[in-house]
Amino acid sequence: MAANTSFDLEEITVRQANQALQEADAGSFTVANPKGVHALVCGLDAPLEVSIDGHVGYYCAGMNKQAEVNVDGNAGTGLAENMMSGKVHVTGNASQSAAATAHGGLLVIDGNASARCGISLKGADIVVKGNVGHMSAFMAQTGNLVVLGDAGDALGDSIYEVRLYVRGKVASLGADCIEKDMKQEHHDQLRALLDAAGCEGVETSEFKRYGSARKLYSFNVDNVDAY
Amino acid sequence: MSNEDWGLRESYTFDRNTIHEIQRAANTGLYRIRGWGAKRPLPTFDDLVFLGASASRYPLEGYRESCNTAVTLGTRYAKKPIELKIPITIAGMSFGSLSANAKEALGRGASEVGTSTTTGDGGMTQEERGHSSQLVYQYLPSRYGMNPDDLRKADAIEIVVGQGAKPGGGGMLLGQKITERVAEMRNLPEGIDQRSACRHPDWTGPDDLEIKIQELREITAWEKPIYVKVGAARPFYDTTLAVKAGADVVVVDGMQGGTAATQDVFIEHVGIPTLAAVREAVRALQEIDMHRKVQLVVAGGIRSGADVAKALAMGADAVSIGTAALIAIGDNDPEYEDDYRKIGSAAGFYEDFQAGNDPAGITTQDPELAKRLDPVKGGHRLANYLRVLTLEAQTLARANGKSDVRSLEPEDMAALTIEAAAMAGVPLAGTGWIPGQNG
Repeated sequence: MAANTSFDLEEITVRQANQALQEADAGSFTVANPKGVHALVCGLDAPLEVSIDGHVGYYCAGMNKQAEVNVDGNAGTGLAENMMSGKVHVTGNASQSAAATAHGGLLVIDGNASARCGISLKGADIVVKGNVGHMSAFMAQTGNLVVLGDAGDALGDSIYEVRLYVRGKVASLGADCIEKDMKQEHHDQLRALLDAAGCEGVETSEFKRYGSARKLYSFNVDNVDAY
Repeated sequence: MSNEDWGLRESYTFDRNTIHEIQRAANTGLYRIRGWGAKRPLPTFDDLVFLGASASRYPLEGYRESCNTAVTLGTRYAKKPIELKIPITIAGMSFGSLSANAKEALGRGASEVGTSTTTGDGGMTQEERGHSSQLVYQYLPSRYGMNPDDLRKADAIEIVVGQGAKPGGGGMLLGQKITERVAEMRNLPEGIDQRSACRHPDWTGPDDLEIKIQELREITAWEKPIYVKVGAARPFYDTTLAVKAGADVVVVDGMQGGTAATQDVFIEHVGIPTLAAVREAVRALQEIDMHRKVQLVVAGGIRSGADVAKALAMGADAVSIGTAALIAIGDNDPEYEDDYRKIGSAAGFYEDFQAGNDPAGITTQDPELAKRLDPVKGGHRLANYLRVLTLEAQTLARANGKSDVRSLEPEDMAALTIEAAAMAGVPLAGTGWIPGQNG
């Protein structure tokens, strides 16, 4: 393991920082002075440890593979969008469409996530310690979304096989999303996700599970009022 | 035919097709979903003619003097622009809507003549990557199969904002076409209807798009040309905004552009004809001094070398074909007339690409039907067709005295209808009149 390498975005460009990280095989890195720049540390594909000291803009850690990215601050739209594997952690809040279309890996948001968190999710896990905004998990396909706080309107609208675990209130459920039983396998899965996200002292019994009613899986004119 | 009996008068308003559709709707309670593109009469490139050489212009010798057809796409920012030998590309069509053999045939045909093919809303298959010398990877709202490895394997990236058959519409791949392989590539259960989103999940508007383009460039080391594809809705503004967002190439798809499965009402009633869209897109590029700096690709109902030449003369850098390419590899082949009849269609009319029972084995995932398409033969047929389009475009360019097909210009043409003159911005034949510009 290489020693920690530091990049200061007051001295180098985003392109230079990204290129160095995309070419690295291993090691730990610190990025200083991000000041909300976009597309930071996207396209990584190695078991790196990257710490970002401050707020980031759009698409931070986009399409991440393998790397573990920690943002000490807030994140803009599309955090960890289309992540394939690895882990992304934000100490603050995340804007819209966090982990949009993400295929794998774990996204942990210590604060709140805005609208459309986990939209079109394709297999990744998301743990939000605060609240999530409206239309979260819209058209989400597979994977897990855990919300320790409340969920906004139209949670899980038109979802497929994603599992939604919410501890707080749900403002409303979207089309074809219903509450489902918490069986032992769900408690076990949720426990593992909470542990992976460092949620100590949180019991799985405090959560409700939501998922697809599977009534809109095939287009049927009898369901036309639901569309 | 009943119209041979002069005692019977068909209603213009309620013709037989209209009556049939009302009866079908009343019986099923469903709107009509189909493939193909707009079928109703529209202003087209047929409404323009080339003037040819005359006392003021001299032609080039048809079988001797060269006429360049090569074009480079992506010269604005990409480190590795795409170099095409002909200005005709293959439009995006998904594995899922098309069989693997069909995708392979498209790749083989395009590669044989030195042009590119394009993935679709189902990710990149090994077949098409392997058989396409130049492959454009579509970045679509659904992001089915999207991953950074395939992104880096691509030769260019096309961000799809919309398509001509349905600007503002998503898609639906019906369950009968969702085999195990298709389902796996899309991270969805087998056999269920799969919706393709109509808008991107993580950006809205041109300011976001600019950042999205930056992200894709960062992930691919600024090597790949980034195309932005729009359905022909507001081509002047869409082209301007795509350029502002940082596109290397703008693709404008007119309403005649094809689809695998869309509501008939959408196909026939949303968007504007290709002819009208080209002029607006070119005008946008010229007004911001980006014509030829950002390349323009035009799609939607391109059928012949005349269509290619006219699109280029209006200012496009290349065209893209979809429906015509499928016909070239074997779609609607009279060889399968009996099978078309069995499913209530006929060779030359088949449009139910959504149904998965394509007798020609192209728009299907049925392994037995898919076997009917030989990808090597299909690819060669496509290559032949592309060669004919190219020869025809060269013939027209030489007749107008041009040694490069892209040197054709609006001044080489006249319009046959007032509508075409207004849309294309070329004078009505026999006059100097361009409606809306000079009186």
